[in-house]
Amino acid sequence: MANIASTTASAGTEVTARALREAVFAGLVTLGLFVLFVGLKTDQNIRNELVLTQRWGLLATFVIVAMVGRFLMVAYAQPWLAQRKAAKAAAPEVVKEEGFFSRNFSKIAIVALILYPPVILALTGVQGSLKWVDNFGIQILIYVMLAWGLNIVVGLAGLLDLGYVAFYAVGAYSYALLSSYFGLSFWVLLPVAGLLSACWGMILGFPVLRLRGDYLAIVTLAFGEIIRLVLINWTEVTKGTFGVSGIAKATLFGIKFDASKDGFAALMGLPISSAYYKIFLFYLILGLCMITAFVTIRLRRMPVGRAWEALREDEIACRSLGINTTTTKLTAFATGAMFGGFAGSFFAVRQGFVSPESFVFLESAVILAIVVLGGMGSLTGIAIAAIVMIGGTEILRELTFLKVVFGPNFTPELYRMLIFGLAMVIVMVWKPRGFVGSREPTAFLRERKAVSGSFTKEGHG
Amino acid sequence: MAPETSTMTNDPILKVEHLSMRFGGLMAINDFSFEARRGDITALIGPNGAGKTTVFNCITGFYKPTMGMITMRQRSGKEYLLERLPDFEITKQARVARTFQNIRMFSGMTVLENLLVAQHNKLMLASGYTFLGLFGFPAYRQASKEAIELAKHWLERASLIDRADDPAGDLPYGAQRRLEIARAMCTEPELLCLDEPAAGLNPRESHSLNELLQSIRRDTGTSILLIEHDMSVVMGISDHVVVLEYGQKISDGNPDFVKSDPRVIAAYLGVEDEEVEEVIEQIEEIEGEQGGTKQ
Repeated sequence: MANIASTTASAGTEVTARALREAVFAGLVTLGLFVLFVGLKTDQNIRNELVLTQRWGLLATFVIVAMVGRFLMVAYAQPWLAQRKAAKAAAPEVVKEEGFFSRNFSKIAIVALILYPPVILALTGVQGSLKWVDNFGIQILIYVMLAWGLNIVVGLAGLLDLGYVAFYAVGAYSYALLSSYFGLSFWVLLPVAGLLSACWGMILGFPVLRLRGDYLAIVTLAFGEIIRLVLINWTEVTKGTFGVSGIAKATLFGIKFDASKDGFAALMGLPISSAYYKIFLFYLILGLCMITAFVTIRLRRMPVGRAWEALREDEIACRSLGINTTTTKLTAFATGAMFGGFAGSFFAVRQGFVSPESFVFLESAVILAIVVLGGMGSLTGIAIAAIVMIGGTEILRELTFLKVVFGPNFTPELYRMLIFGLAMVIVMVWKPRGFVGSREPTAFLRERKAVSGSFTKEGHG
Repeated sequence: MAPETSTMTNDPILKVEHLSMRFGGLMAINDFSFEARRGDITALIGPNGAGKTTVFNCITGFYKPTMGMITMRQRSGKEYLLERLPDFEITKQARVARTFQNIRMFSGMTVLENLLVAQHNKLMLASGYTFLGLFGFPAYRQASKEAIELAKHWLERASLIDRADDPAGDLPYGAQRRLEIARAMCTEPELLCLDEPAAGLNPRESHSLNELLQSIRRDTGTSILLIEHDMSVVMGISDHVVVLEYGQKISDGNPDFVKSDPRVIAAYLGVEDEEVEEVIEQIEEIEGEQGGTKQ
């Protein structure tokens, strides 16, 4: 016992001695490197002459930082890492039993989402709940739905679509225009908007059938811009940049959400507040999201879904197996676009106002970023990515304490794109295949084993 | 082999007539004709760059031939002109399946899924073009159960059943070759075209490949057309060998005949300058004999 203690003690002193040696060495290297860069500085004096300023204090700081860093690295960090590695190697291969939480993740998530509005209502009161239900709940769920729709095109079929926002716009304007010109209700126009978007998905699909990769991306990008420019310039119908306002609200089985005598609040005996309409919208978009998820999961287990994934893996092999790649691509575009259209008409009904400004390329980029960040093809990963990205940017508005640090003129939401980009880089370095990189097989004989992301392809688009 | 194959010897499953394929100034295939008989294993051999894969791509619709006619005659007597069909219809309707020289797997999908993708058209019909299947109609569930059974059958035949739930990209090379053949068989073809199935296999693996191909032919009656460099495969299993050089047919017959054909030997091994005359004489002699027997 004493023997072991003495050997570890001697090993400890040995490490410390080595760390000291290396620290001195690192200090010398730093001194050599920085003596001319940092230690000496040339300046112009008042007579435009060059003078040499000496900054020995700064140089000493550099050297000390390097020495201390090296010492800590060798004396503590490296032994700790080695120990951890050894412990990991020594530990027997444990078959990780998935915990209750990860096994039932999607069920727990759905229950949590259903309980979200009442809980918020209880916590923050009727008026306080507005922000949490609308800005966080509805906003995130819209992006979840859009990203799940795009996931069919990009994640499953492997066709890179940079103009997805066009279908979102088609859906929004379908509802806005048809309801204001013909007075049709939301429930009639929701499927109509989906169908119209699907049609536009096909129309986009036809010219890009033979394109691959970068070419496909460019043409879809152009398509998105065309739709936006048409919306801006076809002023007689779309009112151009002014947008369409005063769009009719959705109703619950004919019950209106307004202050009238037979409105929802009056019928339920509740105080009049716009919060109830927002909660209704929350459940509406939650329902739409569930439909999207259900259809996607079902389709993946059907021949058409498998054909999409096979198309992503190898198009030529697909054709050699008798799969019509033309119709397969078109169905992918149409299905993805349809969900975009649903989300668009929901967006119109929520805002009560649509203008071409909501459908810029940046939106497409954000949706695509969510799909890529979440892990292409994985619904759970994409939902998490949407919460992180959209919830994160909304949270920025709440960070008022930063004003104390950076001064009263600091507005954190202006740094949205900077943080967005930084977060993407970090996630892509840490998890190159997104949050959920593995793929769930659609059929199995004995056990369902997730396919590692290193085998799946990104597709040719 | 099996008795029915010998009775069908005069029944061609595939007839290629005057096939020509031009890439710009290069005549890759020049007036090439041959027949593959039903139930036979027909091998297409030739030196590198002879145009074998081009012939394959013409037959399976990946190239549109410049000239010529390719007729596929099914067991039912139905005839298809393959040069007129788009590539996926050749598998779907004419029932010609193919594999590739450089393996083309759906590497991110499991082995089982690979075989289910191959049954796309059958399942598509059963799922009522997706709409019935989406709402969980029992007809689709039944069909997908049958599809898994068929996949299981071929996995057992290709001895891949233990790897069924692994990603296809994770399989060793030889197993990927077998999987590609199993996948092609899941399309239930009448003619199976294999582009160098034994490439990169060790002798033991290529021996088991021979057995697999022979059992496919014996049990399903599928005719096989194969391109191969491995002579142990070609001579071991094929009933009929066609030799191609510079896009032209130089020999056509049973393996023994082809093996001793001086033109084939010359094409493969080359001849020394002083022997050229001799070889030409030999060739003329043989051609004279053949001409004589034909008359």
